[in-house]
Amino acid sequence: MDKSQDSTFVKLIPFFEKYGILLLILIMVTVLHILQPDVFLSWRNITNVFKQVSWQSMLALGVFMVIVTAGIDLSVGSIIMLSLMGLAIASKAGMPWYVVMLVAPAVGFLCGLFNGLGITLLKMPHPFIMTLGTLYIFRGVGNLISGGVPITGFADEIRVIGNGKIKLDTILGEGTREYIPTSLILMIVIFFIFWVFLNHTRIGKWIYAIGGNPGAARAAGINVNRILIIVYTLCGFLAGIGGLILAGRTNSAYPNAGLQSELDAIAAVIIGGASFFGGRGTVLGVFAGVMIMGILRNGLNLMNVSVFWQQVLIGSIIIIAVYIDVLRRDFSTRK
Amino acid sequence: MSEEIVLEAQSISKFFGTITALNDVNLKITKGEVLGVVGDNGAGKSTLMKVLSGLYKQSEGSLFFSGNKVNLNSPRDSQNLGLEMVYQDLALAGNLPIGDNIFLGREPVKKVGPFNFLDHTKRKQLTEEHLAKLKINVKSADQKVEELSGGQRQAVAIARATAFNAKIVIMDEPTAALAVKEVGKVLDLILNLKSLGVSVIVISHRMDDIFSVCDRVMALFQGTNFAESLLKDTSRDEVIGWIMGKKD
Repeated sequence: MDKSQDSTFVKLIPFFEKYGILLLILIMVTVLHILQPDVFLSWRNITNVFKQVSWQSMLALGVFMVIVTAGIDLSVGSIIMLSLMGLAIASKAGMPWYVVMLVAPAVGFLCGLFNGLGITLLKMPHPFIMTLGTLYIFRGVGNLISGGVPITGFADEIRVIGNGKIKLDTILGEGTREYIPTSLILMIVIFFIFWVFLNHTRIGKWIYAIGGNPGAARAAGINVNRILIIVYTLCGFLAGIGGLILAGRTNSAYPNAGLQSELDAIAAVIIGGASFFGGRGTVLGVFAGVMIMGILRNGLNLMNVSVFWQQVLIGSIIIIAVYIDVLRRDFSTRK
Repeated sequence: MSEEIVLEAQSISKFFGTITALNDVNLKITKGEVLGVVGDNGAGKSTLMKVLSGLYKQSEGSLFFSGNKVNLNSPRDSQNLGLEMVYQDLALAGNLPIGDNIFLGREPVKKVGPFNFLDHTKRKQLTEEHLAKLKINVKSADQKVEELSGGQRQAVAIARATAFNAKIVIMDEPTAALAVKEVGKVLDLILNLKSLGVSVIVISHRMDDIFSVCDRVMALFQGTNFAESLLKDTSRDEVIGWIMGKKD
């Protein structure tokens, strides 16, 4: 009865809910292509966007998982810096490249573990407090071990993750300059792994359950603290991977690396449709959120819009994106 | 109703410091029986249920499951013996679909190499079978719990409690938070469980609930067994009297 009376519009709502954000990207790309027909959709520019978002997307993915549990991680920007510094010092100490490459994710892992243990064992009233503390601690430690100065110059093997190019000679013919950045492949692989983790494993399901109702999760026999420690550790680990990518991109470890990037990560997650109250959001949404931020910045740069206007725009988009979500929820709960 | 006793509590006492919450309380329930437990606030109903489910350890007395004396150290132990509790606050995750809630923490998985992946097809199938068995009507097993009415949520909570062959289900005020028209559905569900051979202990303040589903009713008063009767041998007024500590 009810269903036959639904208008086409109502029937389309679930579709928009799922893929509306991809539609938004499509619109952005079309508009930018019209405004900058020669540049925007060029291979060079597109790979540039992907290279830019690759390290940021690692932070966003980690913060997303944390936000699904109704938590927050403010320290990821500092974790990326500390893992970058750890990598640089290992490199300077002359360790073999494969050890140096492991240092960044390992440092990130330990930082995340520290957050997770602090939040659960010290019974912090909110993860905001613990990770605000470690935001300062990790960056401070990073500056202490590096002496507060940049460390530059890494071996090519180390840089391959962030700066590597997969040449397309064999497909597009000899001498072509088109290539796929290694970091894009890495980003796709990692997003796929975490999509499987969150949607097709029990721990992934429990992460959503904790965000929905931690009491229900506990009553179901789930060790909530253990899951939270896993989530924060993975978040740190991803930030460490971000550090590894950044090392390749910039060939340098510098004191301001990742400064305020935790806010970009949170913004991407929110734009991607995750709920700040936990339990809601998808990996695809995070990817879309990251791309929207990346495309927007890139497009505005191409059109020589000042950085200040970019800040105003990104801020507005966060508010509009969440407001649309509020409207949608209002609409779908009215029966 | 068979006379097979599935759960028996003998001379249970529970002290919290100098306070006596339960004093020499006895309770038994047979297979497929619905037992109503009534009593004023502070009469010891909740404490008794927490002892039965293993959340509290009794200070004195013994518990027998199907005739075997048991020691419960946690709710896990009583769950393994087939006793499930439906909590008043429902303990459901609203953001998850019905099936996910029913199987939360006990999800069916399939092995792929060294990894365990969720078996979505099996979960959906088991959910549909289980809901059909309990005659619970919902649009779809994939519907999110937050989209359900209070009565439907209560039904999901009961479905969750009985998904793994529970023999005894304890329900704490199962109709307290429901709209009037939904109460009947939950009561029907209790009768369904009974017909499936599940024993149900219902704690309720509502005489309508007690008198429409229970076989027997027992009253606690100030932590002791005050009165007990087959439902057919008593009346509402008498039971209300018991709650207030009055006996003819």
